[in-house]
Amino acid sequence: MKKYDAIVIGGGHNGLTAAAYLGRAGKKVLVLERRYVLGGAAVTEEVFPGFKFSVCSYVVSLMKANVIRELMLPKFGLELLPLENTFTPLENDYLFRTADSDQTYREIARHSLRDAEAYMRFGPLMGQIGMAVRPILETVAPNAIRPSLSDMGAMKKLLDHFKSLSSEQFEYLTKLMTMSSADFLDEWFEFEPLKASMSASGIIGTFMGPRSPGSAYVMLHHYMGDIDGAFRAWGFQRGGTGAVSMAIARSAEHFGAKIMTEATVEKVIVKNGRAVGVALENGDEYSSDIVISGLDPKLTFLKMVDEGDLPSDFVTDIKNFRIRGSSGKVNLALDGLPNFTCLPGEGHHLRGAISISPSYDHLERAYDDAKYGDFSQEPYMDIILPSVIDPDMAPPGKHVMSCFVQYAPYDIKGGWNDQKREAFGDAVINTIANYAPNIKDIILHRQVLTPADLESIFGLTEGNIFHGELTLQQLFAMRPAVKWADYTTPIKNYFQCGSGTHPGGGITGSPGEMAATKILGNWS
Amino acid sequence: MLNASICKINIMSYYNQFTANTQLKLSPFFERTSQLNESQEWRRWSGYLSATNYELTHENEYFAIRTKAALLDITPLKKYLIEGSDALALLDRLVTRNIKICKIGQVMYTPWCDENGKVIDDGTVQRLTENKFRITSAEPNLDWINHIASGMDVKILDDSETTAALALQGPNSREILNIISENTINGLKFFWMMDTNFNGIPVSISRTGYTGDLGYEIWMNPKHALSIWDLLLEKGRPYGITPTGLHALDIARIEAGLILLDVDYISSRHAVIESRKSSPFELGLGWAIKMKKNDFIGKNALKRELDRGSEWEFVGIEIEWDDLENHYRNVGLSPGLPSTAWRTSTPLYYNSEQVGYATSGTWSPILKRYIALAHIKHGYSNNGTVLDFELKVEHFKKLTPACVVNTPFFDPERKRSCPA
Repeated sequence: MKKYDAIVIGGGHNGLTAAAYLGRAGKKVLVLERRYVLGGAAVTEEVFPGFKFSVCSYVVSLMKANVIRELMLPKFGLELLPLENTFTPLENDYLFRTADSDQTYREIARHSLRDAEAYMRFGPLMGQIGMAVRPILETVAPNAIRPSLSDMGAMKKLLDHFKSLSSEQFEYLTKLMTMSSADFLDEWFEFEPLKASMSASGIIGTFMGPRSPGSAYVMLHHYMGDIDGAFRAWGFQRGGTGAVSMAIARSAEHFGAKIMTEATVEKVIVKNGRAVGVALENGDEYSSDIVISGLDPKLTFLKMVDEGDLPSDFVTDIKNFRIRGSSGKVNLALDGLPNFTCLPGEGHHLRGAISISPSYDHLERAYDDAKYGDFSQEPYMDIILPSVIDPDMAPPGKHVMSCFVQYAPYDIKGGWNDQKREAFGDAVINTIANYAPNIKDIILHRQVLTPADLESIFGLTEGNIFHGELTLQQLFAMRPAVKWADYTTPIKNYFQCGSGTHPGGGITGSPGEMAATKILGNWS
Repeated sequence: MLNASICKINIMSYYNQFTANTQLKLSPFFERTSQLNESQEWRRWSGYLSATNYELTHENEYFAIRTKAALLDITPLKKYLIEGSDALALLDRLVTRNIKICKIGQVMYTPWCDENGKVIDDGTVQRLTENKFRITSAEPNLDWINHIASGMDVKILDDSETTAALALQGPNSREILNIISENTINGLKFFWMMDTNFNGIPVSISRTGYTGDLGYEIWMNPKHALSIWDLLLEKGRPYGITPTGLHALDIARIEAGLILLDVDYISSRHAVIESRKSSPFELGLGWAIKMKKNDFIGKNALKRELDRGSEWEFVGIEIEWDDLENHYRNVGLSPGLPSTAWRTSTPLYYNSEQVGYATSGTWSPILKRYIALAHIKHGYSNNGTVLDFELKVEHFKKLTPACVVNTPFFDPERKRSCPA
C-alpha cells in the first residue's frame, strides 16, 4: 500500500490549492477526485459538441492575490478577462452600469440624479469596508471556546485592527453584518431596478430574499472581489472556470502532487481516533499521515467518517449546519445572440453580467415560490455570455449562455424529477424571453441543472454552491462549527479545506490555502 | 425619480461620425478607426493621429492581444524600399545583423548604429526579392540611408505613405487570416513573410509584430486599405477581432521586452549629449550584432566596447509584490498599480547609491506581475540582483525591492510555433 504524507479528498479548486501548497512545502500529496474531470464546481465541460460550458461555477471572484502568485497560476494557465458591466433589462428601459464611472453616473442619473450621486460615494465606501473586513478573511478562525496561544495572538491582532477603524467604517460594518440587503440599500438609493440589481448579490447561493436580514453580508462578500483594484482577481477565466482548476492542478503537479481522477473515496480510514488513510469505492486503499477533505461539511463528517468517531454535540452542529440549496443553473448553446427588446442589437451590454432583477418584488416573489416548496415562476437570474468575452467557448458565430437561476429549492414539493426539471427550464427560458423574445428561436441545446442535479453531479449537498450558506451564524469561528473552524476536526490528522470552512464560497483558493498553512504550521 | 422618460439616451449609439479639423496626418484607415473610436482618445505617432484606445478603457483591447485577436493600424511606421544591385550590400553595411543570410521572404529585426556604435533606430528588414528590400523604422531615416548609400547602385524610396499596414496580433490571428487568405498561412514561420490575396486584393503578410504573441503584419496598397479593414473585421468577428490602440500595445510590448525609441533609448542622431546615447549592447541587443561580418557602420567602435565591456546593461525588473502591498497597506490603501504603462524615468538604487533607472513599466494583467524595463550599470545587472525601486505612495517617496529578471517577461510557445 502506497504511503503519502497527505491525501486530499476531492479535486475541487480548494482541494487542489491545499495540495499545491503542501506539495510546495515538500510533502508527498495524493489528490483523489471522484469525477473524470478536475475542478469540482469550477469545471468546464463540453456538454454539447463544440460548446464549452462553465457548468456550475461561472465567474472568478476574489481569487486571492497571494495564491495566484505563490502557486504561479499565470504560468499554468490562469487568464482572467475583465467582466465589469452589469446590464439590467427592464420592460421598456434598462439600467447599464460599466467600469467607466462617468458613463455609469450618466446612466444612473437618467433614472435618478440622487442615486447617481449616491452611487459615486457607495463604491469607495464598500471598498473601505472591504479593507476593514479583509484581515478577518485572512485570519485562521480561532477556537472561540478554548482559544490557543496563536488564536489569542490572532484575536488580539484583529481587535487592534478593529480599534483602528473609523466610526463610519464601524457603523456600516455593523449594518452590513445585521441588516437585509434591501434595507441597507434603501438607505442609499431610490431607483428600484438599481437597488434590486445590487441587492441580488446578497441572495446568491443563499436561501434568503433581499428583505431577509443577513443578506447584506452576502452582498459584502461579493464586493470583496474588488479589493485588489488593478490586481483584478475577479473576472472571467479564459476557457471557463475549469481552466482555473486546471491551472491550480498543474501547479500542484509541478510541486509534486499526484492527482487521480475517477477515484471515489468511500471512507476515511480512522484508527484509534486518528485518520490513517482512505478506502476507495473500488476497494483500493491508500495510507497517509493526514487526510484532508475538500468536500462540504455534511459529506466530510456525516459520510466520510462514522458518526461514532465524532463527539455527539459536534454531529448535532454539523446536522444543523444550513446548506439549503437555493439555485439552479441553465446552460444554453445558442445559434446567435439574444436580442433584448429594451436595447436591441449587439453591444457592450452583452459583454458583462445580465441581471434579471427589475425590482425587489420580483426577487421576493421568486423567493416566496421557493419558501413554499416550488421553483420561482419568474426567477432572478445572473446571466453571462462567455463566448462574447472568450470566443473560443463556442464554434465561430455561435454562443454559450450561462444562467445562474434562483430560486430552486432542493426540497421541492414532491421531489425533483425529469418533468419538474423541464418545467423549471421552461420557466427560465420564458423569463428570459420576456426581455429577449428571440431566445426561444436560437437555442441549440439546453442543460438544466436543479439543486438535486448539482448534488448528484458535483457532490454539493442539497445543491448549495457555497458548501453552506454565508450567513452570520455560519461564518468565521462558526464555520462549519464552533471549536472546529480552524480546519482541524475532532478526528486527529483529519482536516477540512472546502468552501464550508472559513472564509467560505467562491473561487478564492482561500480555504485551501489557509488550511494548508494551518496544517503545515502544526506538522509534526 | 428624475427625467427617466424625458431623456432616454441609447448609450450604445457609438457609431457616430466624429469629424475634426486636424493638422495631423490621417491614416488610410481613419475613415473606419475614427468611427470605431468610442473614447476619441488619440495619440500622435509619427505625425499621424493614432488611436490611444477605442473603448473607454484599454483593458479589453489588451486582452484581445493575449487571448483573441487585436487589429492595429500601424501605417505610421516609417518604411523604405531599397532596390538595386547594391541593395544587399547597402543594408548589410547599414545594420548590425547579417543581411547576407536573409533569404527572400525572410524578415530580420535589427538595430543600426552611427560610426561611434550608438543606436540610431531599430526596425525590421524584409527581403522582398533578390535585390529589393523594405526596411521599417520608428523615425525618418531616409537621409541617413542615402548618406550610407552614396556611390552605390541602389534606388531608395520612401514607402511610408505608399504602403499601408495593419497588425493582427493574438492567438486567433492565424485562424482569421486563413479564412481570408487565398493561400494558407499555416506554413508561415516566425519572421518570414509571404504574398497572398484577400478577396483578390494583393497583400503581403509578415509573421512579425510588437506584442510578443502569435501575430502578423499585413502590408498593402493604401487604396485597398478600407476593403481590407472591412474584410478583417467581418471575418474576424466570430474570433473576437478587436480594434486596438496604443495603450494596450504599450503593455504588450513591455511584457515582450521590446524597446521603444524615445522612451527606452534616444536616437544617437538627436541625442544632445553623449551620455544620452546607447550602444546596442547597452540595449540588450548584443544578440543582433554580428561582429564576424566584414564591415558595418559602427563595427570598430562596437569592437572596442566589446573589449572593454559595456557600461550599461538593459534588463527586466520585477517590482516585488509583498513589499509594494505593505507600502500601500501602511497608509490604508489597496496596492496602487498603474492602469496603463508608464514612461517616466524612475531611479533604481543599490545600497542607497543610484545604479540605474527604469524607462518603462507596467502592471502585467496576464502575468499578474509588476514589471519594468531598466538601464542598470554593469555589475548590478545580474539576474536575481535585488535593487530598490523608487515608488511614490501618497506623494511620499518610498523605496521598494525590485528584482532583476529575464526578458521577455511573457513568451508563449505559440509566438514561434506552426500548426502540425
